[in-house]
Amino acid sequence: MIIVERRPAVIVRPHRRRRRRPWPTIALFLAPALALFALLVLAPIVVAAYASFFEWNGFGVPTQFVGIDNFRRLLADEVFAGDLRRTLLLVGLSIGVQLPVSLALAMLLNQPLRGRRAYRMVFFAPYVLSEVVTAVLFTMIFSPNQGLANHVTKLIGLGDLGATWLADTDTVIYSLFLVISWKYFGFHTLLYLAARQSIPHELHDAAATDGASAWQAFRHITLPLLGPTIRISVFLSVLGTVQLFDMVWVLTGGGPIRSSETLAVTMFQEGFKRFHVGYASAISMAIFLISLVFGLLYQRFVLRRDLEGAVTTMGGHR
Amino acid sequence: MRISRRSLLGLAGAGAAGLALGACGAESGSTGRTIRWWHIANTDPMLPAWADMARRFEAGHPGVKIEITPLENEAFKTKLTTNIQAGDPPDIFHTWGGGVLAQQAEAGMIKDLTADVGGWRDQLIPTALDSYTIEDKVYASAVDTGMVGFWFNKELFGRAGVTAAPQTWAALLDVVRKLRAADVTPIALAGKEKWPGHYYWSYLALRIGGLDLMRQAAADRSFAAPEFVTAGTRLAELVALQPFQTGFLAAGYSTADGQAATMGNGKAAMELMGQWAPTVQNDSSAGRKGLGDKLGFFPFPAVDGGLGRITDAFGGGGGFAVGRNAPPEAVEFLRFIAQPDNARIEAKTAGVLPVVKAAQDAVTDPNLRSVADILATSTGFQLYLDQAFPPAVGQQVNDSVAELLAGKSSPEDVAEAITAAAKQG
Repeated sequence: MIIVERRPAVIVRPHRRRRRRPWPTIALFLAPALALFALLVLAPIVVAAYASFFEWNGFGVPTQFVGIDNFRRLLADEVFAGDLRRTLLLVGLSIGVQLPVSLALAMLLNQPLRGRRAYRMVFFAPYVLSEVVTAVLFTMIFSPNQGLANHVTKLIGLGDLGATWLADTDTVIYSLFLVISWKYFGFHTLLYLAARQSIPHELHDAAATDGASAWQAFRHITLPLLGPTIRISVFLSVLGTVQLFDMVWVLTGGGPIRSSETLAVTMFQEGFKRFHVGYASAISMAIFLISLVFGLLYQRFVLRRDLEGAVTTMGGHR
Repeated sequence: MRISRRSLLGLAGAGAAGLALGACGAESGSTGRTIRWWHIANTDPMLPAWADMARRFEAGHPGVKIEITPLENEAFKTKLTTNIQAGDPPDIFHTWGGGVLAQQAEAGMIKDLTADVGGWRDQLIPTALDSYTIEDKVYASAVDTGMVGFWFNKELFGRAGVTAAPQTWAALLDVVRKLRAADVTPIALAGKEKWPGHYYWSYLALRIGGLDLMRQAAADRSFAAPEFVTAGTRLAELVALQPFQTGFLAAGYSTADGQAATMGNGKAAMELMGQWAPTVQNDSSAGRKGLGDKLGFFPFPAVDGGLGRITDAFGGGGGFAVGRNAPPEAVEFLRFIAQPDNARIEAKTAGVLPVVKAAQDAVTDPNLRSVADILATSTGFQLYLDQAFPPAVGQQVNDSVAELLAGKSSPEDVAEAITAAAKQG
């Protein structure tokens, strides 16, 4: 019935007739999605928030209400402070090293190189692997006796260096960063490459005509126009680092001696190894709040221009 | 953001589907048709041996199906914790007894088997059920027993001129020095997994303070006694000799380049490990051969002036607990496993040191035999500390000892941190 009624509107389409929205139908079709979202996204957050106010070992129903004790303990916890430090370090390294390298690669792959397609595929390939597979792969590479890393360091005269990358409390975090970079640089390269290719030729042609050097063209045309993409890629990178778990868990278990432990690993340790589920919930709330606050501030102050549509005016009026 | 959120939702969806399926499984389980059995014998020889036993039980009980999930230790602990916290324990599952089992019992997740096991407890060796008995109630049936001790490579000992197994801690340190002088890695250790490291500290505490010290610590919820600090000091003496293989802090236990493989491939002279060590060495070594005749066993040495005796054993066994929703056939299956004929089959595989008295004569494997003989004359028994105490305390023991092994904390720090965890519970 509805279909019959609508047909003429589609064919004629003279002007937009304001129809009464079919609210019952919308509600009917939206309900399952909303119910799933509430059940799978909202409910766990609410439950975790609730549990974080209890001293609870995870069995049965939480009864021992402790107020904000878990959070107070969290703020005084050296492990938590260490997690934050390591997260900041990884964020710094990602923004300072991984993303610039990805950007440089994207610029390189934008050049007319022989076998460009093959390179793009090879660089992107690690991203397709799951974090767990990546971590298993690198435990083998960093393995002391049979590991590839050790063979390489021996070949170039650095001895047993490769054997201890994951086993040394000072180097493990950098080894971890190396693995993260290996997996994700291709993803960021791809983002930058796509953005670079959407920059109109005319701009660079005009710059060349005006006698701009390659660096000047990059600095004043490419980089500003890549801005929105770079800002998004930083955003993804930071959130990914804050929530880092799988790779660390499989690669090092957070060790040696917590020197590669992240917030999520600490949460897992407390919740599933020590049965401090209340405290683990407090950690999960901390991760949630850090991500949320960062996300909101970032959108408010950094992404604002992009979200307002400044991009299109910069990319040239149509 | 979109990508991660979508994959997250996908995961959540899969989880929900899994839950739904899991619920179905539990449903059919309670009608008495399917028994979900989780154990940790995920390699030869026990993996096929258990499977075969389940098939024979099924044949004798038409309509009953045993669904086996073999898991690696750490994976097992995590998966079991998740299931138990969700109120859905498997019908039969492995347990090491102690504080962890007590928490599960307290939460009402497992069946009280006192009456059932009473039916076959006189067939077991006297101390078999100790670890599974909480306030006079038995919560699991014992299956195997064992102890931790030093497994050593006779050939590598010979190369370093070591002729006799060390009887004292000082003598052990001497052996380590000799091995290092002969360019042999003295000890293989899985530093990434922390439980193998905790054996050293626990055994030292046991040798220095004796069994009473351990009981007192459990009763007082305190590890402040000076003996626990001394244990750390003695261990620090060993660490100072750098006895472990290169990169040990990142080494797993049964992984390709882990502790068992290092030992099984003849790359280290000793490992401190339980009665299962030879089978794991075989499984993880090149060519799956292990050390064969070259492997020997000696008990953890005594400490001069210590109250504990060299005959006090530290270790544990495995048992099976029964989940709260399990069908009656689950208990029936435990009775089946405990029958002497079946226990003999386990003994013959050399994968298990059984607790059934009648099966002791079937222990023919020389490695297992040497453990069995030492156990038979043991003067006391202490369960692994990471099982004997509540999980938070056990984990703290593991974490703190790992820090000591890495040279990142002092003996005093170790005792203090463990006491703090014990007080907090």
